[in-house]
Amino acid sequence: MEKLLLLGAEAIAQGAIDGGVSGVYAYPGTPSTEITEYVQSSGIAKSKGIHSRWSTNEKTAVEAALGMSYAGKRSIACMKHVGLNVAADPFMNSAITGVNGGMLVVAADDPSMHSSQNEQDSRYYGNFALMPVLEPSNQQEAYDMAYDGLEFSEKCELPVLLRLTTRLSHSRASVMLKTPKPENSVKFPKDPIQFVLLPANARKRYKILLRTNAELENISDESVYNRLFNLPENGKSELGIIACGIAYNYLMENLNDEKVKYPILKIGQYPLPKKLINELYNKCDKILVLEDGYPIVEESLRGLLNLENKVKGRLDGTIPRDGELNPDIVATALGKSTKTFFEVPKVVVARPPELCNGCSHRDIYTALNVLIEEYGHQKVFSDIGCYTLGALPPFNSINSCVDMGASITMAKGAADAGLHPVFAVIGDSTFAHSGITSLLDAVNENSPITVIISDNATTGMTGGQESAATGKIENICQGIGVDPEHIRIVTPLRKNHDELVSILREEVNYKGVSVIIARRECIQTAARAKKAEIAKNKESK
Amino acid sequence: MKYDIILAGVGGQGILSIAAAIGWAALDSKLFIKQSEVHGMSQRGGAVQSNLRISSEEIASDLISFGSADLILSVEPMESLRYLPFLSDKGWLVSNSKPFVNINNYPPLEDIYSEIKKIKNHILIDAEKTAKEIGNYRASNIVMLGAASPFIDITYASLEKGIKTIFARKGEEVVSLNLRALEAGRKFAEDTR
Ligand SMILES: Cc1ncc(C[n+]2csc(CCOP(=O)(O)OP(=O)(O)O)c2C)c(N)n1
Repeated sequence: MEKLLLLGAEAIAQGAIDGGVSGVYAYPGTPSTEITEYVQSSGIAKSKGIHSRWSTNEKTAVEAALGMSYAGKRSIACMKHVGLNVAADPFMNSAITGVNGGMLVVAADDPSMHSSQNEQDSRYYGNFALMPVLEPSNQQEAYDMAYDGLEFSEKCELPVLLRLTTRLSHSRASVMLKTPKPENSVKFPKDPIQFVLLPANARKRYKILLRTNAELENISDESVYNRLFNLPENGKSELGIIACGIAYNYLMENLNDEKVKYPILKIGQYPLPKKLINELYNKCDKILVLEDGYPIVEESLRGLLNLENKVKGRLDGTIPRDGELNPDIVATALGKSTKTFFEVPKVVVARPPELCNGCSHRDIYTALNVLIEEYGHQKVFSDIGCYTLGALPPFNSINSCVDMGASITMAKGAADAGLHPVFAVIGDSTFAHSGITSLLDAVNENSPITVIISDNATTGMTGGQESAATGKIENICQGIGVDPEHIRIVTPLRKNHDELVSILREEVNYKGVSVIIARRECIQTAARAKKAEIAKNKESK
Repeated sequence: MKYDIILAGVGGQGILSIAAAIGWAALDSKLFIKQSEVHGMSQRGGAVQSNLRISSEEIASDLISFGSADLILSVEPMESLRYLPFLSDKGWLVSNSKPFVNINNYPPLEDIYSEIKKIKNHILIDAEKTAKEIGNYRASNIVMLGAASPFIDITYASLEKGIKTIFARKGEEVVSLNLRALEAGRKFAEDTR
């Protein structure tokens, strides 16, 4: 069989393609973006007509994936961890409806917050929804879990959550491919009201879910992804280790040259394998839990009162409470010494990310800062995207970045509280994702806020994916009731600085909702488009 | 055999092309590899690094441990120092001398060079200058790879093959430029080591 060098994210994509998926639905977000991008550039996916166009947000993605499953085909929905918050409603309820065609929800967590606003652990969502969770330890497992996960979802008639973390998503290794499976054909659910969650039916479905969950525990005990080994034949071991997902690799890295044979339980499938855990627990004096993310397994093992004082991990300080794991943290937890020969010299200073030279967001903040000087600081609510870098020097322009779409609604709330003027700065993709409903709230109360939509015609921060509202923004604003006279369009360029400042000043003085659409193409996507065109011209010559 | 490399630079400098070339060469030599990369926020002009691990045995961790990197290969001098705790006592530090200044408080260059020179096994090369001399400053990343090549446990022929593979779709000219860049970097390292 063929072997490919793949990122963890790409391995999931290839696994889904080979596992017979018919549709990939996603909104970009680090570290999950490469799953969908891989499918988009895959020749096989194209020839099979596998759906892979970006969705407007994670909620629409999960709903579309569920719709495809309803129709009998296999689907996958991909997102970063916080995307699952946005999709939480369809996600939770899809456990109650169950599936028809197999369905995977992939959530890529970002412990240490390399590119995120928190480090929430998606395994909680699996637990919460009573769904099976798969957590790969390496690229091969990422492939296998996507490949087998779709069929497994059909077997247990539930969506399956596939959880991975940044390091696995963005690390490459060889992956052995399996024989591609055919796609499903369209087929209705056996029960025509399976997906109708009226209370009477939802209660029935919930009981089914509870029954399935009990079976899932047994399945976990037998899963190939959960493996207990090195148990002492008689007597007890001093220390046993539970290693979840990628933590298993950090553990094995440290045990390569070790003489001690710790009993180890490798976990890659949830709900937790009770029998295996019980066996390990009874054969060891202490249990060390290694998991990347929150101490979920540790917490449930130790219990609220920690009566047996037997479990070690993030909660007793053996491992730092926050941040991602790495081989050195695991070494320390095992009582091994880590050694460094050189320190980071004092001359080395931090190099934070910054807006590109020539980026349109720069011109917007330069103009906005004039208004901030005139009307006072701390009145700018912003959002998530490249433009969030306006919080850093030299701009120091913005005062919030919470969740996608929050800029407009927070500005409205602050205006309700009596702040004036208030600004909201939001990107075009973020506006499409979650800003439209926010704007409608403001319009309905004619809140005196000045909204700047920084429209660079792309989803910049995540690498330049298509943006759902491109070409539609002024129509959307008008359509939901913003007064056309207060929808202003301007090109953010240095030469238009005075124009932008005077537009801002005019709109600040209007006691209602204004939207300033500052539109100029992202210079990264513009440069890429130019390069592609040159290459094309070369070829045609 | 096991060889751990940290590639360092600033987002946008293209360190992943170096990783790709070494990766191809390693696979060609029937070795295992794991290569972790940085995507996302810090690609916007922030500090970036990639961990590249090559081994004749299967590799467990995607990340390199403290004190165990055999090579830090940096396309920017200050960035070469950021990951020093990962360098082993016998490891090599190979760095471009040309700074990428996108912050106000960039330290005096002499201070950076003097820290680099404190590492016994170091190569400091003006990769851009070398690349210009052989034809195009754009080949400076491959000059850096050439400068590190004497220390990497992979044959030179395999590295050449890797470069041919990676740049193939950009045409004969680009391939030949990068092969010359590799050679020029290697020659510099062998003359100065
Ligand atoms: C719920 C959620 N989904 C996805 C992301 C990842 N994400 C952060 S910024 C961004 C792109 C924003 O694009 P846009 O608003 O157009 O701004 P730009 O980066 O182009 O300036 C995305 C997808 C996130 N932080 N939260």
